[in-house]
Formats: sequence, C-alpha cells, structure tokens
Amino acid sequence: MSSEAHTNGHGRRLVGVSDPNELGQKVAANEPTPVRDPQTGSRVPGWDDAVDLRKDPASIPDPATTPVPDALRAEIEDLMTRYPDRRSASIPALAAAQRLHGWCSPEAVEQVACVMRLTPGYLIAVAGFYDMLETKPVGRKTVYVCTNISCSLRGGDELLAGLKDELADDPDVNIRGFECLGACDIAPMASIDGVYVGPVDDAEIPTLAQHIRDGADPLPEKQLVKRRSVDPNANERTS
Amino acid sequence: MSANLIFHNIDEPGLNTLEVFQRRGGYGDRLKKALQMPREALVEELKASGLRGRGGAGFSMGMKASFMPKGAMDKYLVCNADESEPGTFKDRELMQKIPHLLIEGMIIGAYAAGANQSFIFIRGEYAQQADILEAAIDEAKAAGLIGKNILGSGFDLQMWVHRGAGAYICGEETALLDALEGKRGNPRLKPPFPANQGLYQGPTLINNVETLATTPFIVEMGGAEYAKIGVQNSTGTKLISISGHVQRPGNYEIELGMKSRDIIYGLAGGPGEGRSVKLWFPGGSSSPVLTGDDLDLSYDFDTLAKAGTMLGSGAIIVADDTTSVVDVALKTAEFYKHESCGKCTPCREGTTWTVKMLQRIKSGEATPMDLDIIASVCERIIGNCLCVLGDAMAMPVGSMVKKFRGEFEEYIEARREESERALLASVGAVA
Repeated sequence: MSSEAHTNGHGRRLVGVSDPNELGQKVAANEPTPVRDPQTGSRVPGWDDAVDLRKDPASIPDPATTPVPDALRAEIEDLMTRYPDRRSASIPALAAAQRLHGWCSPEAVEQVACVMRLTPGYLIAVAGFYDMLETKPVGRKTVYVCTNISCSLRGGDELLAGLKDELADDPDVNIRGFECLGACDIAPMASIDGVYVGPVDDAEIPTLAQHIRDGADPLPEKQLVKRRSVDPNANERTS
Repeated sequence: MSANLIFHNIDEPGLNTLEVFQRRGGYGDRLKKALQMPREALVEELKASGLRGRGGAGFSMGMKASFMPKGAMDKYLVCNADESEPGTFKDRELMQKIPHLLIEGMIIGAYAAGANQSFIFIRGEYAQQADILEAAIDEAKAAGLIGKNILGSGFDLQMWVHRGAGAYICGEETALLDALEGKRGNPRLKPPFPANQGLYQGPTLINNVETLATTPFIVEMGGAEYAKIGVQNSTGTKLISISGHVQRPGNYEIELGMKSRDIIYGLAGGPGEGRSVKLWFPGGSSSPVLTGDDLDLSYDFDTLAKAGTMLGSGAIIVADDTTSVVDVALKTAEFYKHESCGKCTPCREGTTWTVKMLQRIKSGEATPMDLDIIASVCERIIGNCLCVLGDAMAMPVGSMVKKFRGEFEEYIEARREESERALLASVGAVA
C-alpha cells in the first residue's frame, strides 16, 4: 500500500514530511520530525507544548495502535450514548481524560479522539477554549480562588496571595485565581478539587494550605454544603 | 411579605431525596394536573402567570414556550444552570438543596414545549451540585418519573446533566447550545432563535433553573393566582443573591416590588457600622450601577429599567464608601476581557482597550481625556456584537465613569502627581 510509505511504522502519518525515507533514521531514533515551515510561527516559545509533531492532528487515531484504558473508554462510550450527536460528549470526555492524565496531554487527547472518532486537532481547539481544561501540565490538586468583584471586596485577592505563598513550593498543587465561582455569600472563598470553602479568615490560610497539602477534607466546618440558608423566612414552620 | 415558595423550609433534612420531596407534595397532584392539561392550556397558564425569565433577560417564559413550533419533530428543553454572572449564586443553592423541584419543573417545561429530550447544562465548577442533581435524576428515573409514559400520561422525557468546563459565555443561550454540541462556546447569530433552530438545529426551549423551578407552583396555584404575587409586569417571588459589603450576604426569596433599601438594609443588614452604600449593582455585574441615592427604588423589572439599569439575574452587589470606584471598574472590565470569546471585534478589542485605559489610570499615566475615550469605546460596543457580553462590560463601566466622573478625575490627578513626584525624586537622586 502506498500510504505505508508515509507512516512511521506505527500506522501514523507524518506531518510535513514529503519523503519519509530520508528521515527514516531520525524517526527510528524517536526524535521529533522537522516541521514543514520552521520559518513562521514555530520559533514562538512554547508553540509545540501540547502537540506531538509525529502525529497528525487532522486524522482520527487508529484504534489498533492507540491503547485506551478500559475504564476511560467505557466512561466516554457511556457519555456518547446520551446525545443524539456523539460529538456533544467532547467536553465531559476531555474532563474524564484530564482526571486520568492530570491534564489534556497529547496522549489524553489522542485517547479521547480515538474513542470518539474525532480528530485530536478538533479536541485541542475545544480544550483551549475552556478554563477548566488544562492544555499544559499542572499539579493534580486543583485550587481555584475567586477574585471577582464580590470576593475582592471581602479579601479574595489577599486569600489568593496568601495561599500562593503557602503552597508555592508544592508542584502537586495547581492554584489559580478564577472568575466568579458563584459563591459570593461565602466570600472570600476557594474551591479545592470542587469542594467550596469559605469565608476563609486570614488566620485560617495556613490550616487550609496544610489541608490542601495533605489532601485532607478542607476546613470541614466552613464547607458550603453545610451552610444553612440566611433567609429568615426560609425555615419557618408554617404548617 | 408573602410566604416563600421555593425556599420554603429549604434546610429540611433529606430534602434532596425523592422521599422527602414527595412527602411535601412533589411529583404529586400538580404534576398530574400539568400532564393532563392540553399543551396549549398549559402554555396559556404560564403566560397568565406573567413569569419572566429569571436568568437575566427577563423575557416572558410563557411567550417563549409558545414560540415552539407544533408538529412531530425532535424538540429539546435545555435548562441553563451555567450561572456565572458575577454576584449570582441562587441557582446553586436551589439545585443543591431541592434538586427535585428543578426536575419537576423541567418535566412541566418539557411538556409545555413538546420536547422529549432535555439537558441541564451546569457549570463545571458546580461539581457538588452536579453530583446531587445526577443522584436526584437517577432516583426519579428509578421511580418512573423520567422516561417513558410519565405518570401514565403517555408523555416521554429523557434527562441528562451536562457539565461545562468554565466559560462565562456559555451562559449566553446560543453559546450554551454550541458548548452542548461539543464545540467551542461561541454565540450564534440570531435570528434564527433557538425556538426555531436550536440544539442540533431542532426547536429548543432554554430556561434558567429558577424559572423552571417556579413552574410547579404556577400549575399548583393557577397562573392568575400566581400573578397576584408581586407587582404589575413583575409577578411572583424572586430569589435574590446579595453579596459584597453587607453583614448577612446570601440568598433571599422576596416578593418582587419590595423596596431596595428593605432588601439591602432590612434583609442583608447593610454595610458595616458607620459605613454607607456608595454604589450597588442591582442585577449582577453586567447591570449599570446605582448609588446610595437610589435605595428607595422598588425592586422590580420596570422600575429598574426606568432607572437606566436592570434587574438581571437578581444579584445585588454592594460596595461601601471605603471602596475605590476605579478598582471596581477595573475588576469588572478585567473579568469581561478574560471571558470575551473573541468572535466579535467590538467586544474583543473594546474590553481589552478598556482594561488598558483603566490600568493607565491606576498607574498615573492617564489624563481626563481617557475618560471620554472609555465612554466612547463603551458606546461603540453596545449593540454591535452577536451577544451581549460586550454590552455587559460597557454598561456598568460606562455608568461608573458617568456617575463617578469627579472621583475618577481626582484619582487621575492624584496618581499623576504621585508618579511625577516619584520621577523627580529619582532624577534628583541621580543628580
């Protein structure tokens, strides 16, 4: 088959290589393939962070050569059954792959693309749009601190700075300021792996940082789910 | 003040379970009544209630449902639970504490729209709330309340929770549809409106969480009876989220038409001891700001619109007299700059340049002329984009520059003198 001449031995087509034979040595040595146009764009720092140039982002990965963990495959297939169009599952599927891999790595994106029969290029474009999908390697523990108007009026910026100071040396923690998390009633607040806590006093920042470090339940008595309604009419017994 | 509807005994233990919800009358006679009504009669009932969308636009829910075409085709109901308007957190508490009320409202809404498939698009940050909703949907499915032939009515409905991944723009209905279709969340050109061509090009009814959660009460009470709550054109109760410089921030259920002062001071306790209200956003950070002089306005759609602002999502953010209006303007502008999807030039560039000009003001490089430029940029964004994200920055920032122009000018002058002094000092030090 003629297309075989254009593969690197793993069934994947090479990008930007007109005659793969002349590069055979390099590919065998597992080195990145030269880019089609190194003169434009490719000199920007970080331009190749999230892509593996030996793989074509415009073709659907071959299931025969793309190993996908069974649990991830099952989860994505289940997601796809919910929608009239399987493409709808791309955001939750990428989120599932991110939970497994820690970020939307080229490997993670390729596995999703393989199961969903979409191109990695399409999925990378989707991942790039959404703040919660990480397109660069980050720590596994996610800490979002709200710094929007309501929170900043009550010390959200100071909370972010304080937590960043405490956790600066921990590479496992991905801490970032985030746009309104929808919990202005407990401002200043943070979301630790999806668990909302607040209001966090200055004195509590070291404790919270320690809980994050240890992977413990963050500030249990300050968690949002345990908060009662403040509306005086919400809990009167009328009957 | 009338009794609470949605937040009635909201902290009752186990209210998130089917058992307790059903004991309180959920999925009972009112749902049977709705499903036995002819579809048109239900839509008329919703229209008669005067219920206006609780997400921000305030469009009549019954009218929206009546735009859905008749006939057999794939129609969809989408619940907008993306709640990302800064200052808004009412849907979060509703979904967390009484998820079955939303599900019941969705069954009624879907029946009114003639939709057999429904999705709850919830923002990805609300992971705990999404888990609670999914558990509630599983319970309802097991009890035969979602699926084929609900309560023997012959009406079928599927329901799924779809989690977003952190993008404010997905609260805009057409961007939400794109995100739900698995694309980047860019708004679409309207018309066609979603009621004609929405999700997968099929007719789609999109409603906010609170709007849908109100429909069971409308069916129970009857539209005309529900319309007696509140004031003309702003009927019913509304969940409002109060945050910022108040002593008791949180969600309150009020009857529309209440005095703003009674909400901010009466319910939320107002700013701390010895402080006064300097400015407040009446309906999320997208609404033009009001000042301490506007506290006697009635809190309803029409009065706020007449005052040049809007009720929006019902999120009141209060800033007291210690706050610098420049900081608030910059925070607001930075948020919209970050969240602009970049599709339309006026919004993408307008938000970016507004942030740059406000930063110049902060660093002491600005002149009062910059304020005119900000005002003119804001004017040029409004009405010139596919969606209202750009407007949502231009309106509040424009209103702050207009209402607090004196303070902006003083700030610019003070900062400029400061930076000049610093410059002279550094030159002096060298010489």
